[in-house]
Amino acid sequence: MLLEPMRSQLGVWRIERRPAATAWMRWASPLLALLLTAVIAAMLFAMLGKNPWQGLAVFFVEPLRNAYALSELALKATPLMLCALGLAIGFRANVWNIGAEGQFLLGAICAGWVALLDLASLGSVGLISLLLLAGMLGGMAWAGIVAWLRDRCNANEILVSLMLVYVAQLLLAWLVYGPMKDPAGFNFPQTPRFSAASVLPKLIEGTRLHIGFVVALLAALAAWLFMFRARAGHALQVAGLAPQAARYAGYSARRALWTSLLISGAAAGLAGAFEAAGPLRQLTPYVSAGYGFAAIIVAFVGRLHPLGIVLASLLLSMFFIGGELAQSRLGLPNALSGVFQGVLLFSLLACDALILYRLRRVV
Amino acid sequence: MNEINNLALLSTLIAATLSAGTPLLLAGLGLLVNERAGVVNLGAEGMMLLAAVAGFALALATGSDVLALAGGALAGALAALLFGVFAIYLNTNQYATGLALSLLGGGLSAFVGIDYVSRNLPRLPLTGIPWLSDLPWFGPALFRQHWAVYLALLLALLIGVFLQRSRAGLALRAVGESPESAHALGLPVRRVRLAAVCFGGACCGLAGAYLSVIYTPMWVEGMVAGRGWIALALTPFATWRASRVVIGAYLFGGVTLLQFHLQSIGVEISSALLSMLPYLATILVLALISRNPVWIQRNMPASLGRPFTPGQ
Amino acid sequence: MLNALSRRALLAALLATAVALAGCGSKDDAKKADEKKAEAVKPDPLKIGFIYVGPTGDAGWTFAHDNARKAVEQEFGDRVKTSFVESVPEGPDSERVVRDLVGQGNKLIFGTTFGYMETMLKVAEETKGVRFEHATGYKSAENMRTYDSRTYEGAYLVGVIAGKMTKSNKLGVVASVPIPEVLRNINAFTLGAQSVNPKVTTRVVWINKWFDPGKEREGAVALMDQGADVLMQNTDSTAVVQAANEKGKFAFGWDSDMSKFAPEAHLASAIINWAPYYKKAVREALDGGWKTEHNWWGLKEGAIDVVALSDKLPAEVKALVEARKQGIKDGSFVIWRGPIVDQAGKVMLAKDQVAEDKWMHDIKWYVKGVQGAVPK
Repeated sequence: MLLEPMRSQLGVWRIERRPAATAWMRWASPLLALLLTAVIAAMLFAMLGKNPWQGLAVFFVEPLRNAYALSELALKATPLMLCALGLAIGFRANVWNIGAEGQFLLGAICAGWVALLDLASLGSVGLISLLLLAGMLGGMAWAGIVAWLRDRCNANEILVSLMLVYVAQLLLAWLVYGPMKDPAGFNFPQTPRFSAASVLPKLIEGTRLHIGFVVALLAALAAWLFMFRARAGHALQVAGLAPQAARYAGYSARRALWTSLLISGAAAGLAGAFEAAGPLRQLTPYVSAGYGFAAIIVAFVGRLHPLGIVLASLLLSMFFIGGELAQSRLGLPNALSGVFQGVLLFSLLACDALILYRLRRVV
Repeated sequence: MNEINNLALLSTLIAATLSAGTPLLLAGLGLLVNERAGVVNLGAEGMMLLAAVAGFALALATGSDVLALAGGALAGALAALLFGVFAIYLNTNQYATGLALSLLGGGLSAFVGIDYVSRNLPRLPLTGIPWLSDLPWFGPALFRQHWAVYLALLLALLIGVFLQRSRAGLALRAVGESPESAHALGLPVRRVRLAAVCFGGACCGLAGAYLSVIYTPMWVEGMVAGRGWIALALTPFATWRASRVVIGAYLFGGVTLLQFHLQSIGVEISSALLSMLPYLATILVLALISRNPVWIQRNMPASLGRPFTPGQ
Repeated sequence: MLNALSRRALLAALLATAVALAGCGSKDDAKKADEKKAEAVKPDPLKIGFIYVGPTGDAGWTFAHDNARKAVEQEFGDRVKTSFVESVPEGPDSERVVRDLVGQGNKLIFGTTFGYMETMLKVAEETKGVRFEHATGYKSAENMRTYDSRTYEGAYLVGVIAGKMTKSNKLGVVASVPIPEVLRNINAFTLGAQSVNPKVTTRVVWINKWFDPGKEREGAVALMDQGADVLMQNTDSTAVVQAANEKGKFAFGWDSDMSKFAPEAHLASAIINWAPYYKKAVREALDGGWKTEHNWWGLKEGAIDVVALSDKLPAEVKALVEARKQGIKDGSFVIWRGPIVDQAGKVMLAKDQVAEDKWMHDIKWYVKGVQGAVPK
């Protein structure tokens, strides 16, 4: 490999790709990143005059303290997991959909629209199935626009999907400030509450954790099977990574584009539907807490691997919840949790990079 | 009488649009340069927030808007350097790294800015350009603005010339078009990219500091309120041309103002639908230029978002 | 932590009693034991949780609530222990925060935005031992009540000033979201101005946000460009008064005293002081008397005031504002007294009729003199 060497008094060094990242390194990297974040966090706590152990416990222990806390963790992780799984399939096929946020919102809008129709005659199971399906279709349609413009016009999917996020946000705003506004809601920008028939079945009584979490875990399993066991999944990745080779093997890049975008759109739309019908129960301008964007980070932190994504989404939601707890327990400002999330992500990215690369002295 | 009134209204609308569009223009120009070198930095919002608090703190300490904007630019460039080292040298994914920067910038700026909330910045009087600002009709609107407004326009001109006419600009575009060929020609691809990214950060920093020191002027967490994201939409809207970034920035900046004017004279248009138009236009533009191989080649950096490792 | 505390207290009490019963200690010891006993009897502080929609440093809405929280701490000292969680969005995350505050042993919980209504109601129904105070909502329960401020009183009084000070007879309002509260404030502002200057008209821009300094500024600029020379805002940041200062027009502070941000433009600030209500609520929770009610406090209770009147105001205007303020306080002056007509001239409140609270909660229209249409 020809690389630019870095010259210094310490000799000549260069960054080079490791021949093969060993298995233990793959697992050691996120742990190292967590350790690094914890050290930085502890230093910050000490600086702010708080006991560092207490501070760390709030972020790493408290969110796991009992069944209820765990259910909240899983609830927060569900949309991240679903969105990130879909994105990972696309990223592996070299299709850069960064607009999961928009597809998530469309999913929520469509699911909300179904939930507000007078469909009580369908029964609970029918209504819920229908609204989840509507959410998936909404997300697929939004991602389908990206695929269509890429296919037909060769328009860059990164930019189109990003632009469609803004359009989706404004569409949601228009709907809740206008046509879908609750007539009895005193002009507040929100739709009516969804009917009781659309309440998602709970996983654990007394918590908010709904079937969406199981669906997300099943989706992770399905994604794993698709990526590593199915011919279609293999074809998709080959088509993405080596279009020339794929053509020889009879795989179609077009199919890879459409398949991966529709899958990621459906996953994000489903996540939106679950969020609207689950904890939210109505549409407001604040349907998403940035899940679609955070999912991009989750996908990379999880190394585009379904198991990694499951863990990464739990980790990210742990930090988010820890940030809330740090306020009520220790009186720390909310801003701190944003700092920690940023530090964690950069250390994860750095540690990942260090698995793939190493510094070697050449002279 | 009525015509004079309309003229005066138009003139004030132009003045307001110029100042509202300036932060978008500054940030959009910076992102244009780093995207021309093939790098997409989704951290614009975070960089702008960091620069906004840095600029505000400096303005409070020194009372000088020159120092405040320079400090903001430096803060933006440093944040971009962090992104650049990760995305360019460690080859982390550009989108994930940019989003991580967005999060970090939002959190960090809120954290360090706690002491600056509800502090008051003495406002400096606007002098305007002598003689020109006394011209009738549009004189005051066009020429009695903060100097940063003209700086942004000058920057647009310089960047346009730099990219289209200079050797260095050609090298930068080559790096964005095909890093492999640029490397084969002996260009230091990653160093060029890092420089472009830092320049982009500096411009976003200028934009952030302009918002907190000159435009509103105040510091409150989250005050950039999505303008970094709008700036990201500007580059494709402008098909990566500096001159069109100018048009786009004033259009995106003016659309809310226009809606407010319509509203206050009683014309009711949904602000959400009106604000949607520029984004839809951007998608349309993208679709149109991308259909034609010549247009796309002429208008869009071919290796946008693609990482590059020399020797692979 | 609470458990550890009470366990220690129990232990101390047992020890003290044992010492006293044994009677083998000296007088001094017995006295000490008595002191210990007294300490042990002292109840644990009442834990109070606050959930804020914005950052405490927003210099507006949340800032005002947090000031009241601090006032409660000052007033009740170690009888209370407060904590807060800021920037909690009005979505699914709020429920986790409310439940966690309950789990932390908070017995009184304040939620400071409309969007927490359903969440708080749901948790309130499940946790009967905890009392919930919800700001600006309309739903309540056995252990959940609502509180709000009569912000329209401040709006009316600054309207009086605006009517006196305008030269163009065009007033402007930078408004947030078209809910009844904000419409009511726009109407009150206009009525106040018309009461001293029948020629005034009011223009409104809706920015559809509570807090966005850039947009607030742009809204203010648009209004001034349309000829408005006195501005009121129903948004949270100081951008509006600052924009007015820059353009040589007048404006009023909102929620808190904003005079220092616009020395030239600032005429007065219509402020909300949540402290009196927060103290009442805490006192009732501590000493008994807490019951479900809808508290809507104004000038009379010290929850609303108009402060920092500018030196630019002529003495007669200051006197007039003071007189109306007193009138509203003692009930001799009523803002919502008929005839009040809407934009189309339809009588909404008949002559000499006085509006009830319910009527005020249902305002979905502009009074005559406000231009433009209410967003649908």
